[in-house]
Amino acid sequence: MLIVSCPNCGITAEETEFHAHGEAHITRHAADSSDDQMETYLFMRKNPKGVHFERWRHQNGCGKWFHMARCTMTLEVFGTYSAQTYAPPEELLAQIDAKRPGWRTPS
Amino acid sequence: MSEAVSALKNAVYIAGIAEISEMGAVGMITLRGDLAAKPLQKAAVAAAGVNVPDQRQCLTEGTGGMAWMSPDELLIMCAYDDANAKLADLRDKLAGTHALAVNVSDARAVFEVRGPKAREVMAKLAPVDLAPASFTPGMFRRTRIAQVPAAFWMPQEGVFRVVCFRSVAQYVFDVLCVAAQPGSEVGVF
Ligand SMILES: [Zn+2]
Repeated sequence: MLIVSCPNCGITAEETEFHAHGEAHITRHAADSSDDQMETYLFMRKNPKGVHFERWRHQNGCGKWFHMARCTMTLEVFGTYSAQTYAPPEELLAQIDAKRPGWRTPS
Repeated sequence: MSEAVSALKNAVYIAGIAEISEMGAVGMITLRGDLAAKPLQKAAVAAAGVNVPDQRQCLTEGTGGMAWMSPDELLIMCAYDDANAKLADLRDKLAGTHALAVNVSDARAVFEVRGPKAREVMAKLAPVDLAPASFTPGMFRRTRIAQVPAAFWMPQEGVFRVVCFRSVAQYVFDVLCVAAQPGSEVGVF
């Protein structure tokens, strides 16, 4: 069970009040892109054991979208942040660096 | 115009550990826009008869009231018969403002859960910390009741008002009654 804090309304609740919507920060390649780019955009996902960035929505709450960084192995939630961004905040990345040294270069 | 009736025609259940009752037709207007904008605030206060609530709060006064729904949404409550007139007035006042106001009275059902065990009944159905120190009168919470979205607040200690979609009114009434069935006290609060 994940304990999730919504950055839009400030509620902290367990995950059944929310809904996961897959990997975050995916580059949306448009119609003029190559086949490889389009395949990457549509189908290629990281699926790591460890740190993962995801899109979530406060489905049974304020209804707003947000981003979440969590560990797929331990279910630890590192933090949530605005949906209106292309990358995780540096502050959050630093926290994850401290907790999971070396996570940026998975073996 | 046809006679308006609420979803369950004021159904009640009094045999359990808390009283469950449908509140009948309640006027409700959804207002979306920039909640920090002065014209929107003024129009909302005029319609609801209360101040603009803070984040996750609900203010009520008589049949009027206003709840914070999300960073860009308020729920204005009023007598059912006043909703259309209030909506027209709101739209008039917000004609030059980027905002959206809709009468959602007929899309909703409202229940009351009343009694010393009301907190227990609600806690069985919603993933919310309902300890007396954590959830207090005046707070407004959007969440789920069993399997459907709902929102609730406490106008006073021992009383919850629950808002849900009209289409799931029977479901919500039934799960509230099950959670309040005789002998089902948990004794946790
Ligand atoms: Zn939220």
